[in-house]
This record gives sequence, C-alpha cells and structure tokens, in this order.
Amino acid sequence: MGIGKAIVITSGKGGVGKTTTTANIGTGLAMLGNKVAVVDTDIGLRNLDVVLGLENRIVYDIVDVVEGNCRLKQGLIRDKRFEGLYLLPAAQTRDKTAVSPEQMIELVNKLKEEFDYIVIDSPAGIEQGFKNSIAGVEEAYIVTTPEISAVRDADRVIGLLESQGIKNPKLIINRIRYDMVKKGDMMNVDDIVGILAVDLIGIIPDDESIVISTNKGEPVVFQDKPLAAKAYKNICSRITGEEVELLNLETNEGKLSKIIKLLFSK
Amino acid sequence: MDLFKIFGKNKNKSKNVAKERLKLVLVHDRSDLSPKFLEMIKGDIIRIVNEYAEIDQEGLDIKLTRMKRDSDDSPMSALVANIPIVKIKDDEKYT
Repeated sequence: MGIGKAIVITSGKGGVGKTTTTANIGTGLAMLGNKVAVVDTDIGLRNLDVVLGLENRIVYDIVDVVEGNCRLKQGLIRDKRFEGLYLLPAAQTRDKTAVSPEQMIELVNKLKEEFDYIVIDSPAGIEQGFKNSIAGVEEAYIVTTPEISAVRDADRVIGLLESQGIKNPKLIINRIRYDMVKKGDMMNVDDIVGILAVDLIGIIPDDESIVISTNKGEPVVFQDKPLAAKAYKNICSRITGEEVELLNLETNEGKLSKIIKLLFSK
Repeated sequence: MDLFKIFGKNKNKSKNVAKERLKLVLVHDRSDLSPKFLEMIKGDIIRIVNEYAEIDQEGLDIKLTRMKRDSDDSPMSALVANIPIVKIKDDEKYT
C-alpha cells in the first residue's frame, strides 16, 4: 500500500457539522474505491460511531491503540456496508489528555501505510483535543455555517492552523439555506469566502435528509437523490483531484416559490 | 422586482448587518493574534511625533477599538492613540 493522505475536519465552534462531514467524506471516498480510515479524536464525547451506525461494534478505541492495549488492526472497525471503510473510535471514559500530539503523529503515520485517506474528526474548541487532531495531517478542512459565530471561530482556527504549519486550509460551508440567502437574510458563499480569504472545497445545503440519515446511522452519501448527498460526493471527487463545479442550490427551490418568482419578475 | 424592494427593505438586509459586525469583530480577533503589529505602529508614531513635540513615552497608549462613526453612527474599528505631550518643540523652523 502506498502512502496515504491525512485530512482533519475541524471548525472551532461546536455543532456546525464536523462529525457528519467526516462520516460523509470518509464514506464517499470509500465509495470511490479508496481504503479509508475515519478517526474520532473527540475523546470523552465520541459521536462518529453513532453517526456511522457502528456504535454496537466497538471493542477497543483510540486510547487502547495508543497505549498498546490492542494492536491497531484490532482497534479499527470495518464497516460491512462500504468496502474499504474503517473507523477508529474515540474513548468515551477518558479525557483529551489521554493522548498526546506525539502519539497522534505516530498513529497517523502508521495509518498512512495502510490507507489511502485518513479522515480525522476534530473536537470543538482549540485546546489539546484540537491540537491532537491536527498532529500529523497534511490538510485541514474547516466546516462553518453561514452564521456570524461559526465564521468567526473558523477565522480563528484558520489562524491557528497556519501558525502550526498547516497551510491553505480549505472551507466547507454547511447548512446553506438558499431561500434565506435569496432574501438577503443569510450570508452567501461569496460573502463568507471573501471574509475568510481561503479556498472553498464545497458547499452543503441545509437538508432534512441529513437528519433522517443520522437518525438511521447511515451517511447520506449512500443515497442518490438528496442534494446534500450530491454535495458531499462532489467534495470527495474534488479531494481525489477531479474538477467539479459547485452545486447549484437553486435547483432545491420548490414549485411554489418558482411561481411566486414568475409573478414578481417583471 | 420582489416584495422587499417594493417596501424598500433591501438596504437593511440582515446579512449585511451580519457581514459588518463580523468584519469588525475579525479586525479585533486578528489583531489579537499579532501584538507585534501594534508595537510596530507605536514605534513609528513615537518617532514621527517626536520630531514635533517631546512626548511622555511611558504614558503613551495605543489600542484598537470599536466606535461609531460621527457622520452616520455606523460601527467602525479605530486605532486610538493617547499621546501625552510634555513640550511642543520650537516651531520656528517650521514657519
């Protein structure tokens, strides 16, 4: 196996969709034929397992692997639904200090020997858990929503990543509502990209199907229809080097709003 | 044409309010990341003002702050400098 690429999904602010994004990018990359490990570094508040629907299969976790209680292979849970997808879960009964950045570098380097992509879910905040999650990665994707608080925290994290030598972090704007953007009640993609001055790797619409798929423990990328699934698939294609145009969120518009638009478009 | 334009509400769209507030808050956040920036400005100001007046360098205070613009009350970032002057230098050479 060749040398893999490690990507951290981070945000600063909590609740913007890091874990959902990690689950979908990991699954999407596996669906494209890659061998992928998704790693949950949110020790004490593990969630990637439930979003992926693998919570009942956990035996060992990241702390067990790092402390040598089990071999790396034993810690990795193979997802039976998607060929090539593996999860390394966080520990639930420990805290962030159970793992050091040096141990993370060693772990990520070992994973790179086995996998094409390592997608790391970062905890919220900028403390040790965050520092662990960015140790040993080549690339960082920052998830934000079009809210002032999330964009502010994203800006802070961009500064921290750059000071840690992770250059050119890329932006994922999550939960865009086209109807609100159109009314001028939500910052649009250009507004946010302009303010943060980083490259965009994808936009995800606010989509009910995310909630539904999370309820079921099945990443939305597994479906064909939802716009959010297309959005995540596009991100995965871009990661593998393909050029894909940004999603046109306008297609999300309902018939009623189209009629209203016609009435007022003189 | 849409309803918002008819009622003339498009000027105060909430996203523009968000953008303005965000830009200001980021000026502060970003400057917090480099205190070096303020130190450099401080050094240059001392050097220039010193040509015209003797200043109390200990009492010098420079900070980035938020205030409202006089003309339209819109919030803005301002560099506020408080420079205690001990003595104006002989101004003959400037006249």
